[in-house]
Amino acid sequence: MFKLNVNGRDRNVDVEAEMPLLWVLRDELSLHGTKYGCGVALCGACTVHVDGEPTRSCSVPVSAVAGKKIVTIEGLSPRGLHRVQQAWIDHEVPQCGYCQVGMIMSTTALLTKHPHPSDDDIDAAMTNLCRCGTYARVRAAIHALGEGSSAATTKKA
Amino acid sequence: MTIAVSRRAFLKASTAVGGGLALQFRFPVPSAAAAESIATEVNAWIVIHPDDRVTIRIARSEMGQGSYTALAQLVAEELDCDWAKVSAEFASPNEHIRRNRIWGSMSTGGSQGIRSSQDYVRKAGASAREMLIAAAAAQWKVGTDQCSAAGGIISHRPTGRRLRYGEVAAAAAKLTPPQDVKLRDPSQWKIAGQPLHRLDIPDKVRGKPVFAVDVALPRMLHAAIAQCPVFGGNVARVEDGDALAMRGIKKVVREPDFVAVVADNWWRANQALKKVKIEWDAAGNGQADNQSIEAMLRAGLADSDLPKARKIGDTQAAFSAAAKVVEAEYRSPYLNHATMEPQTCTAWLKPDGFLEIWTSTQNGEASMAAAAQVSGLPLEKIEVHKMMLGGGFGRRGAPQDFVRQGVAIAKAMPGVPVKLMWSREEDMQHGFYRPASIVRIKAGLDAQNRITAMHTTIACPSIVKTFSPNAALKDSIDGSAVRSFSDMPYTVANQQVDYAMRNGHVPVGYWRAPGQQNAFYRECFIDELAAATGKDPVQFRLSMLKDGDKNRGVLEAVAKTAGWGTPLPAGVHRGIALADGFGTYSAMVAEVSVNEAGEVKVHRVVVAIDSGYVVNPDTCRAQAESNVVYGLGSILYQENNVKDGRVLESNFHDFRLPRINEMPKVETLLVPTGGFWGGNGEPAILTLAPAVCNAIFAATGKRVRALPLKNQDLRRAAPV
Repeated sequence: MFKLNVNGRDRNVDVEAEMPLLWVLRDELSLHGTKYGCGVALCGACTVHVDGEPTRSCSVPVSAVAGKKIVTIEGLSPRGLHRVQQAWIDHEVPQCGYCQVGMIMSTTALLTKHPHPSDDDIDAAMTNLCRCGTYARVRAAIHALGEGSSAATTKKA
Repeated sequence: MTIAVSRRAFLKASTAVGGGLALQFRFPVPSAAAAESIATEVNAWIVIHPDDRVTIRIARSEMGQGSYTALAQLVAEELDCDWAKVSAEFASPNEHIRRNRIWGSMSTGGSQGIRSSQDYVRKAGASAREMLIAAAAAQWKVGTDQCSAAGGIISHRPTGRRLRYGEVAAAAAKLTPPQDVKLRDPSQWKIAGQPLHRLDIPDKVRGKPVFAVDVALPRMLHAAIAQCPVFGGNVARVEDGDALAMRGIKKVVREPDFVAVVADNWWRANQALKKVKIEWDAAGNGQADNQSIEAMLRAGLADSDLPKARKIGDTQAAFSAAAKVVEAEYRSPYLNHATMEPQTCTAWLKPDGFLEIWTSTQNGEASMAAAAQVSGLPLEKIEVHKMMLGGGFGRRGAPQDFVRQGVAIAKAMPGVPVKLMWSREEDMQHGFYRPASIVRIKAGLDAQNRITAMHTTIACPSIVKTFSPNAALKDSIDGSAVRSFSDMPYTVANQQVDYAMRNGHVPVGYWRAPGQQNAFYRECFIDELAAATGKDPVQFRLSMLKDGDKNRGVLEAVAKTAGWGTPLPAGVHRGIALADGFGTYSAMVAEVSVNEAGEVKVHRVVVAIDSGYVVNPDTCRAQAESNVVYGLGSILYQENNVKDGRVLESNFHDFRLPRINEMPKVETLLVPTGGFWGGNGEPAILTLAPAVCNAIFAATGKRVRALPLKNQDLRRAAPV
């Protein structure tokens, strides 16, 4: 039995110590926003925050995160949209959307550390893989957030 | 996930009772104030609620390309409703079958989603608008010619009376649909043609369970799968004792060509799968490798009696008379789709004999057919819930292997919903790969350096034959294997295209812009000819395009915007390419540098696209960006190598995708000229490889005739 704090709520899970956090979230706690993409920490679709750090949940055993604060997309903004999510809508970032939860979790962690990230900061932090090709819009959305103008967009009719 | 089973079930029941158009459905509404509201199906595409909300049914799948929104825009444009009140939902494949395929094609591929349904979805919108006007006119007891509709409101012009769509929808649905409706000229569009926000994005950024992998049902179990590593092979022997003893394991399912473990958690299923000892029978394919595949293709090239995909004039005579002959050989490897969401299917064989399926499919009807085949059930007893696709790119249309497997597992677990999800490794090694091919091209030039003849021999597996081995191909030609040569727009007087169909044991499939390798071969070879004759690549192409050919327009547009011929920063070089396909014309300029180590960086891409009309310019731009990234991975890194009958690559470490730092600046010029409907999901990928490789030649003097670039030595020669 492991005691986890997920999205501000204590949850007891009776699972094997080596079960990756991803599968605890998805199949034990029914938090499906966090995605499986590769299982080996390459793609970042499974990114969540563990004590504020962006973490690839597919490669972290549940035993390593007991007692730590875990935040998933479902808990990112308990009331309304997080400003990163809003920027993703404003900049029309997602295509298929499968990798975007991981992108958003990586971005929120990046902006906590670097409120005004440079292109190099973005390159270093945003190692998430996207097959659809949303990278240009991810970068544009992050820069807009860094400039403190997440809602400002005039490109839409 | 709470799936709208109850609502869909109610829809079904209502449909069964009503048996056709003009049905009324009761939807449970959570609001206490409106304990129950009645929504009306005005026609199969359009449901209008009393509060004027409009639900538009979408028959094609949404895999990121944006046609879920663009198709709704086309319907809403003609319906002339309030876009802020529009939502969309997928049309039910089960209803589709029972209502005599009322929604047309559900197939989503070939950049067909909009161009081959725009006519009937716009007519559905226009027809509904006329019915709503007629219902209002009847209520007012006036002629319809005195009434008009806009923004979801019908007005009686002489008196200024108004009725909302929601007020007359029920009456409208009882009317006979008009025989003929007039569609708006696109120049008058207010909703279509606009860069409206996509309808699917808000749920996606919230992490809502919209994908097939997110399906959760009461008592649902999870399945992991192992297929024979050698294509075409079978399960010979299974020892599952150790796996069955593991925690949470419910069953080991053995089928002729796969083994699946069913458990209460997908990770447990996959862990146990590794403990199942499986002996495979390679079915004679265990020796195949890169070399044997190359030998197979080369034998095709050497065949002197090949079917011809194009024959104009007399190439032999022209070569004899040529002042100069240029020859080259190009090749491409097999390539996996690698959708970010692995193949997934939840299937539930219910006690009442009904089979429900939730899957990521590019063709709901194909999923129904696959499920019927495996289950033995009639289509009427099957429903496929179409989920948002975590990428498609052609992987999830024709094959339907994941649906067949899901249903087979469901049969082994009757009464229990089971969600099958492939591991990334299974996905990488069990694809329907972009065909490997080798192509030889020979051109003859006259004394004025004009091309007088071109002879192309293409050795390439047939995708059609993979899915339909008995298909009768016209003239023994598979169209996607010969494209860009068989329909080349350049005015070369003598042309011959020979097709050597050589089908190995590796399954091939429709990989984004099927046959796109040929655009790489052709446009690089044209660049070779321009270089061999000292001509400017843009002028050389223009000299071979007829007046009025829309290829000219995109070529000139892209050259102008990209500043073709103007100075670039030191070390940066340009390449250009042109290709039409999927009903659309496109041309691209790539700006590329190659460093001392031979590493390629694509800095900027300018692409001009003429698709006739543009329904949502922002999603069209997104598709151009998407094609650049999807194509870039295949140019830089990706290949699927075969050894011992199996694919060697297994995950993103050896099948690399570009990351954000590799994303070039993409400038998309939408230059629609009207009068035709082209697709936007694929065309921009056609020109990427040739534009980049032509720029590499400009940078290094080295011709790239095989991809990916990671295998090419592009280091600069030692300074002279």
